[in-house]
Amino acid sequence: MEITFANSVMTASLTGEIDHHSAKEMREKIDFELIKRKPSKLILDFSGVTFMDSSGVGLVMGRYKKCSAIECRTSVTGLRERDKKIMKMSGLINVVEFI
Amino acid sequence: MNKLNYFKLVIPAKSANEGFSRAAVAAFTALADPTVEELSDVKTAVSEAVTNCIVHAYKEKEGLIYIDACFFENGCVRIKIRDRGCGITDVKKAREALFTTAGDERSGLGFTVMESFSDKLTVRSKPGAGTTVTITKYIKGKNDAH
Repeated sequence: MEITFANSVMTASLTGEIDHHSAKEMREKIDFELIKRKPSKLILDFSGVTFMDSSGVGLVMGRYKKCSAIECRTSVTGLRERDKKIMKMSGLINVVEFI
Repeated sequence: MNKLNYFKLVIPAKSANEGFSRAAVAAFTALADPTVEELSDVKTAVSEAVTNCIVHAYKEKEGLIYIDACFFENGCVRIKIRDRGCGITDVKKAREALFTTAGDERSGLGFTVMESFSDKLTVRSKPGAGTTVTITKYIKGKNDAH
């Protein structure tokens, strides 16, 4: 996973498989930078993700809550069609921007 | 119905085994000549079931997960995932979308995803004794030969 900054936008480019095991490390890295840099927008880029289960939804939900607390918008991009289907099972589609 | 192939796997409830268990079941299911989509469905459903054993049944403590997969003549793949953990008091409630007892980082979608990506899902549980989740998937395959 790579984290980059441009202006006040933080982009976390997720790679590989997202499950309960790998999500832990991803969220720790993202949260560390979120707290340190306090961006105005967080983009979670899923284009490098080869597999995800509902832990991917949990990852977005958790970051959305953390971002809301620091007035940062959350955006999700690069989801494969089947992963979009999993995201849609949650209510996230109403509160997070999906590109 | 004739069993064409089967395998059994016993693994400790460690989160590193989530990837291993879905890869093992995917390798077994691949012998039934599934489409990429069917194989992904099986992987996702197994990943959810195994994660439930680790997070809920054993509460991230020690325990064993028993996986029993069969492939039948009619193209049906049946995967049983069993634990001897705490069990589920209210299975109906646990199967509801967005219901979770595991806090902010869990979506509460485990059973919903399993149902969505399988053809049949049964959950048998006894509080204090454990849970068995049975995932049934009909593999139509690339050339619908089964």
